[in-house]
Amino acid sequence: MSTRYAVITFPGSNGEHDALKAVELGLQQPVEPVWYKETSLDRFDALLLPGGFSYGDYLRPGAIAQFAPIMSAVEEFASAGGPVLGICNGFQVLTEARLLPGALLRNQALEFRCRWLHVRTENNQTAWTSSLDMGEILYLPIAHGDGRYFAEPELVQELEDNDQIVFRYCSPTGETDGSANPNGSVNEIAGISNRAGNVVGLMPHPERAYDALIGGADGLRILSAVLAAGASKLGTS
Amino acid sequence: MQVTPEVLAEVALTRDEYDLIVEKLGREPSPVELGMFGAMWSEHCGYKNSRPLLKRFPTTGEHVLQGPGENAGAVDIGDGLAAVFKIESHNHPSAVEPYQGAATGVGGIVRDIFTMGARPTALLNSLRFGPLTEPRTQYLFSGVVGGIGGYGNCLGIPTVSGDIFFHKSYAGNPLVNAMCVGIAPQDQITTAEASGVGNLVVLVGADTGRDGIQGATFASVVNPEESHRGVIQVGNPFLEKLLIEACLELLQTPHVVAMQDLGAAGLTSSAVECASRGTVGIEIDVDQVSRRETGMTPYEVMLSESQERMLVVVRPEGLEAVQRIFDYYDLHSDVIGTVTDDGNVRIKSGDEVVADVPARIYTDECPTYTREGIEKQAVVTLREFDLNSVPDLEPTQAGDALKRLLGAPNIGSRKPVTQTYDHTILSNTVVAPIKADAAVIRVKGTDSGLAVKTDCNPRYCYLEPFAGGAHAVAEAARNVSCVGAQPLAITNCLNFGNPEDPGVYYQMQQAVDGMSAACNALGIPVISGNVSLYNESGDTAIFPTPTVGIVGRLEDVNRYAQMGFEGGGAVYVLGNAAGTLGASEYLELLHGRTAGAPPAIDLEQEVRVQTVVRNLISSGIINVAHDTSEGGLGVALAESCIVSGVGLQADLADVLAASGDRLDRALFGEAASRIFVEVSPDKEAELTEQLEDAGVAFIRVGDTGGDRLTINGMVDELVADLEAAWSAALLSHSIDPDTSSSVPGRSF
Repeated sequence: MSTRYAVITFPGSNGEHDALKAVELGLQQPVEPVWYKETSLDRFDALLLPGGFSYGDYLRPGAIAQFAPIMSAVEEFASAGGPVLGICNGFQVLTEARLLPGALLRNQALEFRCRWLHVRTENNQTAWTSSLDMGEILYLPIAHGDGRYFAEPELVQELEDNDQIVFRYCSPTGETDGSANPNGSVNEIAGISNRAGNVVGLMPHPERAYDALIGGADGLRILSAVLAAGASKLGTS
Repeated sequence: MQVTPEVLAEVALTRDEYDLIVEKLGREPSPVELGMFGAMWSEHCGYKNSRPLLKRFPTTGEHVLQGPGENAGAVDIGDGLAAVFKIESHNHPSAVEPYQGAATGVGGIVRDIFTMGARPTALLNSLRFGPLTEPRTQYLFSGVVGGIGGYGNCLGIPTVSGDIFFHKSYAGNPLVNAMCVGIAPQDQITTAEASGVGNLVVLVGADTGRDGIQGATFASVVNPEESHRGVIQVGNPFLEKLLIEACLELLQTPHVVAMQDLGAAGLTSSAVECASRGTVGIEIDVDQVSRRETGMTPYEVMLSESQERMLVVVRPEGLEAVQRIFDYYDLHSDVIGTVTDDGNVRIKSGDEVVADVPARIYTDECPTYTREGIEKQAVVTLREFDLNSVPDLEPTQAGDALKRLLGAPNIGSRKPVTQTYDHTILSNTVVAPIKADAAVIRVKGTDSGLAVKTDCNPRYCYLEPFAGGAHAVAEAARNVSCVGAQPLAITNCLNFGNPEDPGVYYQMQQAVDGMSAACNALGIPVISGNVSLYNESGDTAIFPTPTVGIVGRLEDVNRYAQMGFEGGGAVYVLGNAAGTLGASEYLELLHGRTAGAPPAIDLEQEVRVQTVVRNLISSGIINVAHDTSEGGLGVALAESCIVSGVGLQADLADVLAASGDRLDRALFGEAASRIFVEVSPDKEAELTEQLEDAGVAFIRVGDTGGDRLTINGMVDELVADLEAAWSAALLSHSIDPDTSSSVPGRSF
């Protein structure tokens, strides 16, 4: 059985090539780009919203993309329980569309940051982390200017209480003492999920970590989780 | 019409050049024609001072698929693929508005690459600034770095390599040279030759505004700050990303005859060059060009340098299909003209003809000037400086001198810059910035990889331009050899002062000859490039800076070397044991002197050293190699300790003996044809055997391990302390991080 992935592409997305290649080369699964003007996602089992600068990040990252025609289908897909993964700008789009809580602010250093770093798995019950062990440390690249996760203290507490924090920035040995935080995110948050656990957003790029030659393959541990779980919204493929 | 000096000054043409235009046309030019001549006969477009010199470069070779003359050059990289690349300057705009100047420099070079049908795959940049202690430099530096990152990151093209150098000659005139490397199937390479009478000329992308009018002309005069006000273009990478995808998709269809981006001199240059290359004519109606402002004259439309625009020549029957692709990507396009058979570039505004000139007069018949170059006596005096008059370093000072060099802006860590560039996107980056002498990217779908780098030591070029030119090519090749790649070809950006100054013209001639000599010896042709002259402010010309951008190929991308020591190995210095203090960073930093002759370079030895290092890497004998450039052996050994946090116990007694027993020369003297490698003990015998067979001299200088760098008891430092000095090189001068990103012009 194969799992059919969609890569939702807005004008200004730039991570679509990597998302397509990671699924095609890293997972050997069928995958296709879906342009923002499309309105149906019926033929897919899992959605990836890649990174980039949708609509040039004009107004705010993700602020305009939430109104794109495809987003109604994304919302339907998510509310039906389908697995949705927002990466970097895709995470920003999901927060703007209120499919995920909170917001992503300009990095604390006010500069773009690109490097490889470590994140620790905080919840392995979501659609995208079910193959991971609790506390498992992944090595992934980041590349963003607006990745500082922020939410009001009450909301952060709610996320903590509901196990909606999926990944935290950590040292190579798993410490989350703040020294590994690249952008000033509250509580070292690198990724979160919705209450149901089928929608996950994260700033690091699993789709750029699918081959040891380019630095590591830990990204496949995330992207493949829906395979292990047999995610197939249609159930027959 | 009686042309006035003021009118000629506006288009930067001389009276003689004007008279030549009248002679060739048999009449006075119209105002639009005069403006078009000003742009096409500028140095930037017409290469009138450099064209005779450029002919000296070797431009052919077994790997060359496309040499100079197109939007970019192309080389065969196997598997039916080509690497398409070029470097280009955006110096003058960056001097005035650093963020937008650098951003649009990136945008322009990227368009040159996808215009050829190649997917832009890697970006590099070569930057030159004044002293970082000056507030003006800090402003320019943070603006330029911000602009490069802002544009490249948004496009989703990794910025993987480059070089940065600071010297006071660039204080008023920084250099921003951007390079792009693309990959294309060889059978998809497209040229910008218009053909087919009746084919349609389509303008796509941004609307045309008043930005950048006559930018090419003003890139060719001195004092950028005065001349460039009001002609700076503003970049929109969001739009360019759409153009990349649309144009690459378009080239998969049979409907496109030619494609040309609009860069310097805008519509004028792209129409003229398309027609001239195809030896056809083009007729354009400026009234069909969508404007972003009202009331624009035909002159302004023809000379606007609004960014993110492409000219596409389309077969009429394919127009609908082409427009469908543009519509898909929300790109606006206009049919603005047709291909004709009379060889003229005819510009109309409705029914009125406002310009009508044979294309070849703008291009092939642009006058060229061969001037007399005379070396300045002051430079001769500096070169002949007696290096032995400098007191040698005391052994007790060696550690501090090393840390000063490591912390120098010309040597220290580039991480504060590279971490603001996305270098992992496109998932090809095998060796990231700072890890090795060149970046390595894989070529997806093959076993091979490419190594890329830019280089030029302007201090060498100033003190002895021939040697400096040769060094620029040799060092670039040495850097890609140090990761294991075979150099394939170079692109170059010739940045100089005012060519009408005999001293500057001498530098140009000599540098070009030196580069050509190295290209010939190393078997590396020049396949593309750009010339930027008149880089002066006040009375000061920049140091001559013939920047080299190089692309090399790794047959097996899994077999590459990096520069960080792995530990538990032995270190061998190959090639020249001794360097010279002449033209060295040490002499300038510690003694305040830019003096002496740069290192001698034996090109045959250079070939032997580079070849054996590549062979050692591809045969798996070594994984670590590092070239010794600014700061000499001492700095290079320290760098290999720092990047991987591994120590070295070095014995440089033989190097000291070869250096006339001068400690400063042994530690910090600079040399060509010198590379050190680390080898595991079980492979030492194989290493020395290969070196002997290759006729390459070598010295075993130490063993790696531990957490200290020690050199004959004179240097004894914790690697962590060296790293601290090295890491602070750009930070200690940088401006407050709270303001460094909010440079003017950052609009998103």
